[in-house]
Amino acid sequence: MKSTVGIRYFAVLRDAAGKASEDIPLEAGQSAGQLFTMLAERYEFPLTQADVRFAVNDEFTSKDHILNGGDTLVFIPPVSGG
Amino acid sequence: MTIDIAILDRPLIADELRRTLPLIPDCGGYVSFEGHIRNINHGKGVLRLEYETYDALAVKELGRIAAEAAERFRLKFVRALHRKGRLEIGEPAVIVQVLSRHRGEAFDGCRYVIDELKARVPIWKKEFYDDGTSSWTQCHHDHKG
Repeated sequence: MKSTVGIRYFAVLRDAAGKASEDIPLEAGQSAGQLFTMLAERYEFPLTQADVRFAVNDEFTSKDHILNGGDTLVFIPPVSGG
Repeated sequence: MTIDIAILDRPLIADELRRTLPLIPDCGGYVSFEGHIRNINHGKGVLRLEYETYDALAVKELGRIAAEAAERFRLKFVRALHRKGRLEIGEPAVIVQVLSRHRGEAFDGCRYVIDELKARVPIWKKEFYDDGTSSWTQCHHDHKG
């Protein structure tokens, strides 16, 4: 069984992807940053890797975080609450 | 020390939140901050806006900010509530309330919570303008002044 990672998109990235979430096939050893680069190209994200923060399983992490099957990954655009 | 954190999709009623403050006998300082929806941003007329939130992480991060503020400024009570969904001009988007022994720590602690919230909590604002356009605001400017 091929493993997948769940991606959730927010704000400007949700608009760019045209969806709020999806499952992406995961290759062994792939990092959060590598998935960002791949999806940024696919959906023409208006943000670079340097603009976003990363969260895996609802906790902040780094772009170098190596993903496991079943993880949930979120790219966090610059925040604008308050 | 009590912390009350939430992301809510219903209106924030300031009077009600004031009434439900806990009575903490050794606290002499109470400071609150309300952030309201403004009808202009960067020179463009704003009609309304929508907040999108990553709830699970937003609540965690807001809880961490409240705990940091409580420790640094010796607060006995921290409440920080933020709206999500559609908001109209004049509505409160965020309310912070803190209680401490003295006013200095209450002022500083309240300021810390709202400043850190704006910098760290995964909440995004989409503005709808009077010229029919809309955009996710990505403001990197420092408005602390």
